[in-house]
Amino acid sequence: MEVDPFIFRLSIFVLSIFIGYYVVWNVTPSLHTPLMSITNAISSVIIVGAIVAASSFTLHTDFNLPNILGFAAIILAAINIFGGFLVTQRMLQMYKKKKKGKVK
Amino acid sequence: MTTSLAASLYLISGALFILALRGLSSPETSRRGNFLGVLGMTLAIIVTFLFVDILFSSLLFIICAMAFGGSIGAIIAYRISMTAMPQLIAGFHSLVGLAAVLVALSVFYNPEAFGLGTLNNIKTASLVEMSIGASIGAITFTGSVIAFLKLQGLMSGRPITFKGQHFINLLIGIGIVSLIIYVTINQSSHIFWILIIISLLVGVLLIIPIGGADMPVVISMLNSYSGWAAAGIGFTLENTALIITGALVGSSGAILSYIMCKGMNRSFFNVILGGFGGTDLTLQKNKNRKPVKSGNAEDAAFLMKNSSSVIIVPGYGMAVAQAQHAVREMADNLKKNGVKVSYAVHPVAGRMPGHMNVLLAEANVPYDEVFEQENINSDFANTDVAFVIGANDVTNPVAKTDPQSPIYGMPILDVEKSKSVLFVKRSLSPGYAGIDNELFYRENTLMLFSDAKKMTEDIVKNLV
Repeated sequence: MEVDPFIFRLSIFVLSIFIGYYVVWNVTPSLHTPLMSITNAISSVIIVGAIVAASSFTLHTDFNLPNILGFAAIILAAINIFGGFLVTQRMLQMYKKKKKGKVK
Repeated sequence: MTTSLAASLYLISGALFILALRGLSSPETSRRGNFLGVLGMTLAIIVTFLFVDILFSSLLFIICAMAFGGSIGAIIAYRISMTAMPQLIAGFHSLVGLAAVLVALSVFYNPEAFGLGTLNNIKTASLVEMSIGASIGAITFTGSVIAFLKLQGLMSGRPITFKGQHFINLLIGIGIVSLIIYVTINQSSHIFWILIIISLLVGVLLIIPIGGADMPVVISMLNSYSGWAAAGIGFTLENTALIITGALVGSSGAILSYIMCKGMNRSFFNVILGGFGGTDLTLQKNKNRKPVKSGNAEDAAFLMKNSSSVIIVPGYGMAVAQAQHAVREMADNLKKNGVKVSYAVHPVAGRMPGHMNVLLAEANVPYDEVFEQENINSDFANTDVAFVIGANDVTNPVAKTDPQSPIYGMPILDVEKSKSVLFVKRSLSPGYAGIDNELFYRENTLMLFSDAKKMTEDIVKNLV
């Protein structure tokens, strides 16, 4: 008997929760804010669904709800992707180690 | 490109996201982590472009939409001040939630495009998944909007509670489950919309009873929700990258919520049920306490200059007063005088997890001088001066001594163990939790009544 592909996806999901658990406990508390902004950015990989939703758009068809929803979702996800990664980058660049020898 | 190849590439993208979070285990590897995240995202988008049959006319519009959203995101990312980071994150969460709702809706109306059956004949499993994804997404959306309004100060931080609130929430919760079952059975678009609207309502009801002091938990919780919403949509779209990401983000937010709850010694349910941080009972009885000792910048500078070690305890008040740069300048001057300076950060010192660390990093404080509570608490006993600026509740010894206190049991910084305590504060008013701080009246405490920034700058003048 064949296994339902859903079970494979469920396995990936459950194992990823465990990976997430161990990886996140390893994140140093001082980087918890960048952690939140980066998780924000990566969860916007939902944009792949939005692109599919918008893929059948043509200028000649009439008002088409799924397409419009897709485009709106692309914009929202893109704000998050660019905003999330860039703000993470900006924060991480501020973390500096003590300069040895000289104190300003 | 075949479906299997695309699926494998999505898997790689998911793996890159795991590595991105892995990178955050230390500041040295963190920038590479962020880069791997960008790489994973780029890969996922490119694969989608190659794999999906996109009409040329829509391709142009898709790229325009991405460029439009991307520029808005980039502008926000560069303009936002670090103090406003909690609002920004709440805002970003709301976008993830709304995007999940929109994608779920478009799948519902056009399942052919996703290969999930035809209109009114969608696979049952997909229906369950997209209903759950859309529902959690909607809750995340309105919940985050409320959190944003509270953090931005557009809405009062006071908890809004009314009679029978929890009962209503319970009823609505049962209602949502029934609606999901109903949608699955008869695929009615009306019911799907009702499900979404009710979920939007739940988001509001869930966050309004939670007070301003509990915002760090709320943000972490919404972070988790946004992950579960993404995972729900990932199952619907049968997309590995999205499932992995959703699981990662979901567990990440859950862990952060746990850490924040522990930092305040509150159970998760206690926070969710809300109503904390209202009126205070202990305030009146402290009216007739003995007077406090107060000093000026000159006293503080003298005391610190002649000490051998100083621990700075910053709180959110420091950030509000924009005093972090002055504090760092003060620390630099003390270091020139041979004083050992370190910073003690409480888990809930800012308004979101790790907020204080970012604020200090922005003021050029080296991250290896900043310590978490558990690593520095034992040092207070060997410290000459604890300099408390903008923090209050997290230093209150009452958390250890008075079982009646609302913050009893909360892990606090053992500031009172140091030889002397300098407390910068505008007045003797209580903090977020609404309780009086016993520390103010101690023998070894010197209160510095002033604006945090002005006082610190004055101390700097006296140190030079």
